[in-house]
Amino acid sequence: MRNLWIFISKYNAVILFIIFFLISFGLLISNNSYQRASTWNSSNEWIGKQYQKINNVKDYLRLRDINDSLAAENMRLRNLIPQTDSLKTTVTTVTDTLGRKQYSYITAKVINNSIRQKNNYITINRGYKDGIRKGMGVIDPNGVVGIVLNVSPTFATIQSLLHSDTRISATLSKTNAFGSLVWGNGNFDAKYAILQDIPNHIKVKKGENVITSGYSLFPAGIPIGKVVETGLKGGDSFLNIKVELATNFAALSYVYVVTNNAEAEQRKLESSNKTE
Amino acid sequence: MERIPIHLLRFILLAFVQIFLLKNMGYYNLSTPFLYVLFILVLPFKTPNWLVYLAAFCMGLTIDAFYDTLGLHALACTVMAWTRIIFISLTVSTEDRETEPEPGMSEMGFRWFLIYSFTLIFVHHFALFLFEIFRLSGFGEALLSTLLSTIFTLFLVVLSQFIFYRKKSR
Repeated sequence: MRNLWIFISKYNAVILFIIFFLISFGLLISNNSYQRASTWNSSNEWIGKQYQKINNVKDYLRLRDINDSLAAENMRLRNLIPQTDSLKTTVTTVTDTLGRKQYSYITAKVINNSIRQKNNYITINRGYKDGIRKGMGVIDPNGVVGIVLNVSPTFATIQSLLHSDTRISATLSKTNAFGSLVWGNGNFDAKYAILQDIPNHIKVKKGENVITSGYSLFPAGIPIGKVVETGLKGGDSFLNIKVELATNFAALSYVYVVTNNAEAEQRKLESSNKTE
Repeated sequence: MERIPIHLLRFILLAFVQIFLLKNMGYYNLSTPFLYVLFILVLPFKTPNWLVYLAAFCMGLTIDAFYDTLGLHALACTVMAWTRIIFISLTVSTEDRETEPEPGMSEMGFRWFLIYSFTLIFVHHFALFLFEIFRLSGFGEALLSTLLSTIFTLFLVVLSQFIFYRKKSR
């Protein structure tokens, strides 16, 4: 106790300085809206900018990979287009009575990514201003990536598929049985996830494709991965299927944020079920 | 101790001048004088540390109340008080601290007083402008305002020393 008093009296100038500084800083932050706003926001924007700077360097080194993936994506999309040249005469215009697409996509660049944590997050360079909203699905050319978690004006964070709280509704491509895809629970390999809640009587083959069911945020049929092991835990009435993920999370570069244009309508309709 | 009323009077007078006269002065918002720091500059040597801080803090709060920037001037004054304590402990001998009543120009000499007041005013203004702008990207802007305002304030401080304090010691 005596030593404490000696210490305090010896350094009283510094200690008093810290006390008075904290009091006045507290007053400043709590009473001046500009300072308060920039304390909590500038840090976020600042961190985002730093990530972007680092990413500018990284991008340069990964140009070849990105080019390859874009070329592959181009080829895939080209295959989807009907051969309009040869069939020109028979093309007829179909007027959709809904008059709009159900899903539209926003391209975004990944500026921060992690795969080795227990709960992984991704940051992209699109935000509120670009139409990104909380809860939207995110995919990349290969498959599902995650769900938008937080949105700032120019950036957004994504709760990656590699997150213990992420559950995505998935189906097996041949049997159409659906379950939910989870990651974590002792499995922390970025290449694999577990498909739960598939009933025991369903025959699952190795190598079968797992795709999105269309019951959640994602359009139906987006690839998730391939079955590598069936029925990890026997005995229960449900299978636990190990799935090799289609998305290479270690090399994410560009992603698409999925906007479900009919979501509000669907929600409204479904909520009316509960009231009756 | 017997000089407390004089310091109180000085406190009120300087705050008054700052709020009603100097608040309306300045050079395109680049150079703004803050003469009220003179109060902290010329507190007696014998003032205990806690009282220096408390006096500086109160002065800052008073100015803040009229400038609508609660906490900003108080913060700058706190930083200045700390600088004052360090500066005096480094440059003034214990002997001088006993014999001389306060760090004025007539007691300590022109040269010492100029360096002393320049350092303290600079620190005060820099803290003030930095926390007012509150962005690291505004660092250069803060530094420019600080330099120009320091010159303005220093001029007024030295002028007031010539006017009020010279006759007393002679």
